[in-house]
Amino acid sequence: MPQKIGKTTIKTTQMPSICAYAAVAGKKEGEGPLGKHFDILYKDPNIGQKSFEQAESVMQKDAVNTALKKAGLTLADIDVILAGDLINQCTSSAYAARGSDTGFLGLYGACSTMAQSIALAALLVDSGALTKAMAVTSSHFCAAERQFRYPLEYGGNITPTSQWTVTGSGAALVGISGEPPFIKAVTIGKVQDLGVKDVNNMGAAMAPAAYDTIKTYLRDTGSEPRDYDLILTGDLGKVGSLLLIELLSKDNIDISGNHKDCGMMIFDIENQDVHSGGSGCGCSAVVLCSLILSNIRQSVWKNVLFAATGALMSPMSVQQGETIPAISHLIHFTN
Amino acid sequence: MNETAKSYDRMVKKASPGTKSGKTIPSAFCIGGLICLLGQALINIYEHYGAASEQAHIYTLLTLIFISSLLTGFGVYNNIAKYAGAGTLVPITGFANAIAAPAIEFKTEGFIIGIGTKMFAVAGPVIVYGISASILYGIVIYVFGLH
Repeated sequence: MPQKIGKTTIKTTQMPSICAYAAVAGKKEGEGPLGKHFDILYKDPNIGQKSFEQAESVMQKDAVNTALKKAGLTLADIDVILAGDLINQCTSSAYAARGSDTGFLGLYGACSTMAQSIALAALLVDSGALTKAMAVTSSHFCAAERQFRYPLEYGGNITPTSQWTVTGSGAALVGISGEPPFIKAVTIGKVQDLGVKDVNNMGAAMAPAAYDTIKTYLRDTGSEPRDYDLILTGDLGKVGSLLLIELLSKDNIDISGNHKDCGMMIFDIENQDVHSGGSGCGCSAVVLCSLILSNIRQSVWKNVLFAATGALMSPMSVQQGETIPAISHLIHFTN
Repeated sequence: MNETAKSYDRMVKKASPGTKSGKTIPSAFCIGGLICLLGQALINIYEHYGAASEQAHIYTLLTLIFISSLLTGFGVYNNIAKYAGAGTLVPITGFANAIAAPAIEFKTEGFIIGIGTKMFAVAGPVIVYGISASILYGIVIYVFGLH
């Protein structure tokens, strides 16, 4: 049974692990520094579908099926899929799961959803409620742009603090296999809002959430940043990462030596014209389900904190002048 | 958390890079200027071939709208706009692009609720307030007998 060690920090006791994982991504992501680590790369943003939303569902299906293939399983072997995306009412996930004979939980945590889904999957498996759970999230640049910003061909420019939604999907199969990467503990985040209103500066809106969650985990476990090989945030980008390091340093917590950000890793920020970096549910999902989990499995890193971050606004809340609430959930992976 | 919204705002401003105006403004000026030059050249060409001044202006606007819409359709316009900024936004080319872009984008939702509704998603406010302002202007002129 999972064990509560803080208000929102929970330790696992059965050593649930990521039995298999897969990451699929779009052309631009394939041209980035992590391109060679992805299982499938799509040249066509439509992936042969009529709409970008349908294309996103195909990516989720492909990510799940690739992970299952690696594990030598079929979808029928999975108890529940915990899936999320950015599109209204989580439709990309629901359509991807349509037709499967598997339980489905649609989740929304914006760009933090991958941490949310893995955390829930790990707790459900650790408690014995489920045997195998699939955590999967996706985002699609074109589908997200038309929902949150402007039409693709519109010639309006965005500011240097804005981020580029990743086209991709990552899937992680959670079960008890005795093989790493293990999920040692999770911290469920609290909604944080320090008054940022600029929808083109989501890194700034999300940094306080990552700060709170990372600080909470370190406090609840009595550990220090140097106990971890890597402290990985979801998609704070350049601006958000700077702010996170500064916020923590004010509490004498120095993560500057071992902090990385998925949004900064997935693209070559200087040459791929992505402004402050990548974002979207797919961003932390594809970075985690490729390079990061592989390196933990191969003992390159032994202790990794993965704190995905999400900005929980909607186009309507922004139009109504609301500030941007943010969340960050954390997972401690061990080898 | 020790930070307040106010103190955090100061941190955010410090950490957030601004637009490189030294580069973007001259670029917008030059590309915007070239579009205006093209407009003037078109007027001269139409006049040269016998169009009256007023007609030549209308033909020029139509030509610029056609070129912008075509470039939007080919996916080229936004790549130019990336460097041009307000240079392509301010002339009528920006308006044409603002109508054509959503028309292309929302065809997946059908001709009525897709294209029909969303076509003015970006340009709608300009039309609404442009027409409102012109009515107001007309009233002022009428009331004060300025005509």
